[in-house]
Amino acid sequence: MTTILEKSGYNPDKKLKVVGTNPVKHDGVDKVTGRAKFGADLFLPGMLVGKILRSPHPHAILKSIDASKAQALPGVKAVVTRDDFPEQTPGTPIGDLSRNVMAREKVLYEGHAVAGVAATSESIAKKALKLIEVEYEVLPHVIDPIEAMQADAPILHDHLRTKGIAGAEDKRTNVVERLELTMGDVEKGFKEADVVIEREFTTRPIHQSYIEPQACVASTAEDGQMEVWCCTQGHFVVRAQLAGLLNMDVSKVRVTASELGGGFGGKTTSYAEPVAVVLSRKANRPVKIVLTRGEVFRCTGPVAATRSRVKIGATKDGKFTAAEAEMAFQTGAFTGSMFYNAPQAIFTRYDLQNAKAVAYEVVSNRPKVNAFRAPCVPQAIFAAESVIDELAKKLRIDPIDLRLKNAATEGYKTIYGETFGPIGVVETLKAAKQTAHYTAPLGPNQGRGIGAGFWFNRGGETTGSLNIAPDGSVTLLLGTVDVGGSRISISMLAAEELGIPVDKVRAIVADTSALGHNFVTAGSRTVFASGMIVVDAARKAINELCKRAAKIWGVPEDTVVFEDGYCRPASSNVGDFAPLSIADIAAQAGATGGAIAGHSELNVTGAGPGFGVHIVDVEVDRETGGTKVVRYTVVADAGKAIHPLQVEGQYQGGAAQGVGWALNEEYVYGDDGRLQNPGFLDYRIPVASDLPMIDPVIVEVANPRHPYGLRGVGEVPVASTLGAIANAVTDAIGVRPYELPMSPPRLLKLIERAGKDG
Amino acid sequence: MSKKIAVVTTVNGDTYDFLCEPQQTLLDVLRNELQLSGTKEGCSTGDCGACSVVLDGRLVASCLVLAAEAEGKSIETIEGMAKGDQLHPLQRAFLEYNGVQCGICTPGTLIAARALLERNPDPTESEVRYWLAGNLCRCTGYDKIVRSVLAAAKEMREARL
Repeated sequence: MTTILEKSGYNPDKKLKVVGTNPVKHDGVDKVTGRAKFGADLFLPGMLVGKILRSPHPHAILKSIDASKAQALPGVKAVVTRDDFPEQTPGTPIGDLSRNVMAREKVLYEGHAVAGVAATSESIAKKALKLIEVEYEVLPHVIDPIEAMQADAPILHDHLRTKGIAGAEDKRTNVVERLELTMGDVEKGFKEADVVIEREFTTRPIHQSYIEPQACVASTAEDGQMEVWCCTQGHFVVRAQLAGLLNMDVSKVRVTASELGGGFGGKTTSYAEPVAVVLSRKANRPVKIVLTRGEVFRCTGPVAATRSRVKIGATKDGKFTAAEAEMAFQTGAFTGSMFYNAPQAIFTRYDLQNAKAVAYEVVSNRPKVNAFRAPCVPQAIFAAESVIDELAKKLRIDPIDLRLKNAATEGYKTIYGETFGPIGVVETLKAAKQTAHYTAPLGPNQGRGIGAGFWFNRGGETTGSLNIAPDGSVTLLLGTVDVGGSRISISMLAAEELGIPVDKVRAIVADTSALGHNFVTAGSRTVFASGMIVVDAARKAINELCKRAAKIWGVPEDTVVFEDGYCRPASSNVGDFAPLSIADIAAQAGATGGAIAGHSELNVTGAGPGFGVHIVDVEVDRETGGTKVVRYTVVADAGKAIHPLQVEGQYQGGAAQGVGWALNEEYVYGDDGRLQNPGFLDYRIPVASDLPMIDPVIVEVANPRHPYGLRGVGEVPVASTLGAIANAVTDAIGVRPYELPMSPPRLLKLIERAGKDG
Repeated sequence: MSKKIAVVTTVNGDTYDFLCEPQQTLLDVLRNELQLSGTKEGCSTGDCGACSVVLDGRLVASCLVLAAEAEGKSIETIEGMAKGDQLHPLQRAFLEYNGVQCGICTPGTLIAARALLERNPDPTESEVRYWLAGNLCRCTGYDKIVRSVLAAAKEMREARL
């Protein structure tokens, strides 16, 4: 039997009844009534309050920790430090994770955890933190990625040696890796160019800024079994991390994912969970830890700052002949930025034959960087799309036409080796060109920008179960966390397969003991991969339904077919039997062999790459340097929009995050290496009055490797933002910003300098 | 330990009495003492609006109100927004127009939006955006939130005709 991964069964002519509609999501009522339980919303009997003591220094040797006074405070039930975590080898994934959740030899950033306390009240826990005496030997620190790459920079990790550079084996360094991707002959390509533009770009560190701070409750029994409740994008990964950190059996750890109040990549790893578990083990009581917003900014997330150089050559008629990029990504205290996405993605949407992309990952004294929606790709695409915009202006070619002239199409082999199947570069560009927005007149001080973008889309390890209840209604157990609409979309796929109304299907995110391992919700994979699992499970259940119908009718199994929710005889020769609904068969399941279900466990492949084009109009106040986005259109290829309203929400949310990143958001560090704006007042994400309506245009170029043709939609919408907005600002003020964010002071300086230059 | 303060207050029409420490916020008590966890904590500094409640008719960030100040007052939270099994028109509109993505900002946004419509039953898009500028959302880009509020306002106006 061919599997769903080999043959998805995608049928463009299938009449769809559920897919493409917009039912109210089943988790919606709980969310509008306050009933939905998020990370901080679990209360257990006897629960203690956990708090974490954090380093005030960005870089210091942790000489000693004396917690005796805290321990003696009435109401304090446990204090934990590095001594309560098993030693894990430095420089390994688990060794890094262990040192990130609780500092060991050194503190590596302001906010690095050094001790945890569990007490009977929050006020006692806070008082106890003040009683812990920590002796630090303060070391010089480094924040900027380029400074951190210098030979005389303060070194974070003694064991670190650069991967990818020959002869680097005996040199202490902050450069984790140098990655070089090449295709064709770049030198020859640049020689063929009539125009070559080379520019340098800077982006600042930002934060994912989910509104729900990380929160967890851990309850550990005397025999070592533990239950953990937390807001995470991947409870199976949290389980694996906890078991790994504490050297225990994975099966003894049960993790339940709460409703998730935003993550955007920032909730794909553990922070407070291991501390809560160890506190709970020591106190023999449940412990809840809820991070403050300040802690969220200082020790979770954040997003890599970048420095980059991009060079693109083109012929007079606009054909790209070569492209080259060099980029440095600041990963924070530990590796894990996913910088390798950048050289793969920076030019991928154009049919370049000669290209070279080099990327460096560099550690520095900031919190360990975590994924953020298309990790490390928007920064890279910002640089490339800025240079392409400049080429379009220089060559006097319409920016969409220039991109169309160079658009990658089916059969193009990328710099990272993938050969594209059907893709939507041309379709999204054409759709953008056809919008009313693209040709609408602009007002004074306004400018328009175009940006194209790309995200790979991912599959990965996924499991799930589909259970048919005795009345024929259906429950889905999913192993992937719902970050804002996947349960309803996946339920719709099950309903479509089974030929029943979506209201007959209820999906839950099952805890880690109910299913096999799942990778986190990331990479725009969840509706794609869990959707694949559920369709596979539904087809297995349908197979079983047919067997049961055959048994009821006393006919051979292969004479029964399933159509539109009913088992029917394959032909009139089989016999004169009234069709049996799922409910009819389910009602007799006990007598025909037991409950009917389908299960699927796959490492899902076949994700279709996603492309998008943004059109942005901005208005710049030349006196203040303030920029207002006045019109925004997001065009992106969804493959197939299962629930169009959900897809639109992804497009709009991605665009809004890009607006914040492009115009306003940045971590501001003092000379002391401390973050100066760890709150929403000074780190200002876009608010409702900052934005216009955001017009989504859903393009559908089916991905034939998914049974319903869909592609991931979560990350493409952010990939195009930064370049498009920078190009719009350039169009408005006549001078190009090479640095993000284009905040009022930075833009004002640029406008003033341009004025002086004439 | 500091001496606790005895407080009697009304939440969604029900009388509650609780003991609190002087520094405890109304948000802290609602969530952790009364376990009315529909009101969310996003920042504790009055910047995100997730903890919006109505206190004696005034829209407030409950993280900036001391619990002791609730004495003798009337508090309205998200848990009291639906009447029996009848969702408020705003709640229904947020479902229909997909104004809810992850849902963490939703309770605070709904409470704030209801306060707007009580004062201004026919707000413009711009008025909705400025009124909700204190309710941060990182998922939606606000588009569908604003549309939900405008749709609910229209429905409520028409119901009054």
